[in-house]
Amino acid sequence: MEASPYLPSENFARWRKVKSTAVTAVLVVCALAVIAPLFLVIYFLLVNGASSIDMNFFTQLPKPTGESGGGMANAIVGTITLLAMASIIGVPLGVFGGIYLAEYGSDRANDWLRFAADVLNGVPSIVWGMVAWLMLVVPLKGFSAYAGSVALGLMMVPLVMRTTEEVLVLVPQSYREAALALGVARWKVIMIIVVRTALKGIATGVIVALARIAGETAPLLFTALGNNFWNHNLKEPIAALPLQIYAYAISPYDDWHRQAWAGALVLMALILALNILVRVLSRDRNQQN
Amino acid sequence: MSKTPSSTSPLPEPGSRFPDFAFKWVAAGAATMIVILIVMVGWQLYMGSRLALSHFGFGFLWSSEWDPVQDKYGALPFIFGTLVSSLLALLIAVPLGVATAIFLTELAPLRLRQPIVMAIEMLAAVPSVIFGLWGIFVLIPWLRDHLFVWLKRYFGFLPLFQGPIYGVSMLAAGIVIAIMILPIITSISREILRSVPNLQREAAYALGATRWEVLKIAVLSYARRGLFGAAVLGLGRALGETMAVTMVIGNRPQISASLFAPGYTLASVIANEFTEATSDLYLSSLFELGLVLLGVAILVNAAAQLMLKSMTGSGPIKVN
Repeated sequence: MEASPYLPSENFARWRKVKSTAVTAVLVVCALAVIAPLFLVIYFLLVNGASSIDMNFFTQLPKPTGESGGGMANAIVGTITLLAMASIIGVPLGVFGGIYLAEYGSDRANDWLRFAADVLNGVPSIVWGMVAWLMLVVPLKGFSAYAGSVALGLMMVPLVMRTTEEVLVLVPQSYREAALALGVARWKVIMIIVVRTALKGIATGVIVALARIAGETAPLLFTALGNNFWNHNLKEPIAALPLQIYAYAISPYDDWHRQAWAGALVLMALILALNILVRVLSRDRNQQN
Repeated sequence: MSKTPSSTSPLPEPGSRFPDFAFKWVAAGAATMIVILIVMVGWQLYMGSRLALSHFGFGFLWSSEWDPVQDKYGALPFIFGTLVSSLLALLIAVPLGVATAIFLTELAPLRLRQPIVMAIEMLAAVPSVIFGLWGIFVLIPWLRDHLFVWLKRYFGFLPLFQGPIYGVSMLAAGIVIAIMILPIITSISREILRSVPNLQREAAYALGATRWEVLKIAVLSYARRGLFGAAVLGLGRALGETMAVTMVIGNRPQISASLFAPGYTLASVIANEFTEATSDLYLSSLFELGLVLLGVAILVNAAAQLMLKSMTGSGPIKVN
């Protein structure tokens, strides 16, 4: 029997189905390949890092070359200090910038500011280090915790600004109108009603930004520099976990490699904890709305 | 007596307008900081590199000599290294990322989507220095003993896969950067694919198209421009990657056809040599490398934002 010329042949139909199935399989494999590195990284962090973490790691200073043992207590405290100081710069600038975008700016100006913030977000982190070096290391005549935290703080600004704007816009317009109708001054409306309502969202944005900069190494290389001892003066170099991990990773000593893995595990745990906090905070917010 | 004010009681005095005024300007000042920061970053790097700019002129960009001992500097090996490692990364990450985004929007069972998206977000949170550490001690030994050997055996006739295998190499850097930009490419591609109207898909299915045909005809052709924007944004990220690259690329300022050979990038030479720069010209040359890096990164990022904006129409997609 002759096949109808108007219908595609059976072979062609089968070929189309085979092709579709093959593409589906390829897509599944690609998705697996994309998430595989996460599990590989975490697996090796646990295998190589967990055995080196003990009380000493959290309480002791790094030991000089050749002596085994020691810890990264100063680097852990240093990272927390740097994050706190970076927030002092990044949070007010970012939050007020976000307030301007959400509450005041004209549409055209806002488009430009948002565009600028996104572009600023793409500035390579090493460049921030160079800028902070020129701004602070040269005038202060030395590497310092100040310089490191300015580099990190400036990196936070565009991140915090964009998330603040996003959550402020979500606050219903009727809240503002109700308060304004009662004769409340505009700045009070913003601070007491709008920002207060969106406070959790703003905090979430700040934590996201902190999680992002906590692992940054490049901007600290020639600003905070790193330090094998406690930092007693913020005008002096300060240790940071990422810096210590880097220094130990490229060193030739096995004991230091072991410590680098341990430090990486602690840093990863800190960042994961911040991310989980974000998730918890934003889940509450989603339930509220 | 109730204390409700009578209609004749005077209205409260209007407060001073000053706090309102001041508040607005503080906010405006903070927002303007964004623009000031961009200008300041560019200006600072320009000031830092003035000496090298006047000393070498444009020849700096084409010279491949990098010899601190003789105080001679050229940017070409670093520009080459940055471009090659970033393009390699895109070559690996764009197909994988787009495929994963397609999987997530078109195929994956709903229950599976959230966990996969979460895993990808977590991958984005891993710091560069940890990828570097993992690269040095896990990835590089594996590449050296398995993948590179295999590539050399079967594709050794290509100049790309010739020469001695050290492990640290351009290709290793490309792979590590690819892993690091996968999350952003995947998540932006996913946003783009989600913005493809369902009517497109339904129309194609109604014509009897198979799943692959629907993707090809209705989804990918519609989303092409946005996916391109996602790739460009990934490129912007790749260009500026510093720590992980510095740890796996081998840090040798050379231009080699082989992907097994060590290289050097703009960001990693700054990271490595900035604190060791002994002469003013040396330091100034590093600043000029930073200026080149900043210029390229800003151009690429701005282009990506514009592309994505025209695609979605509703303002730039949020990028973390």
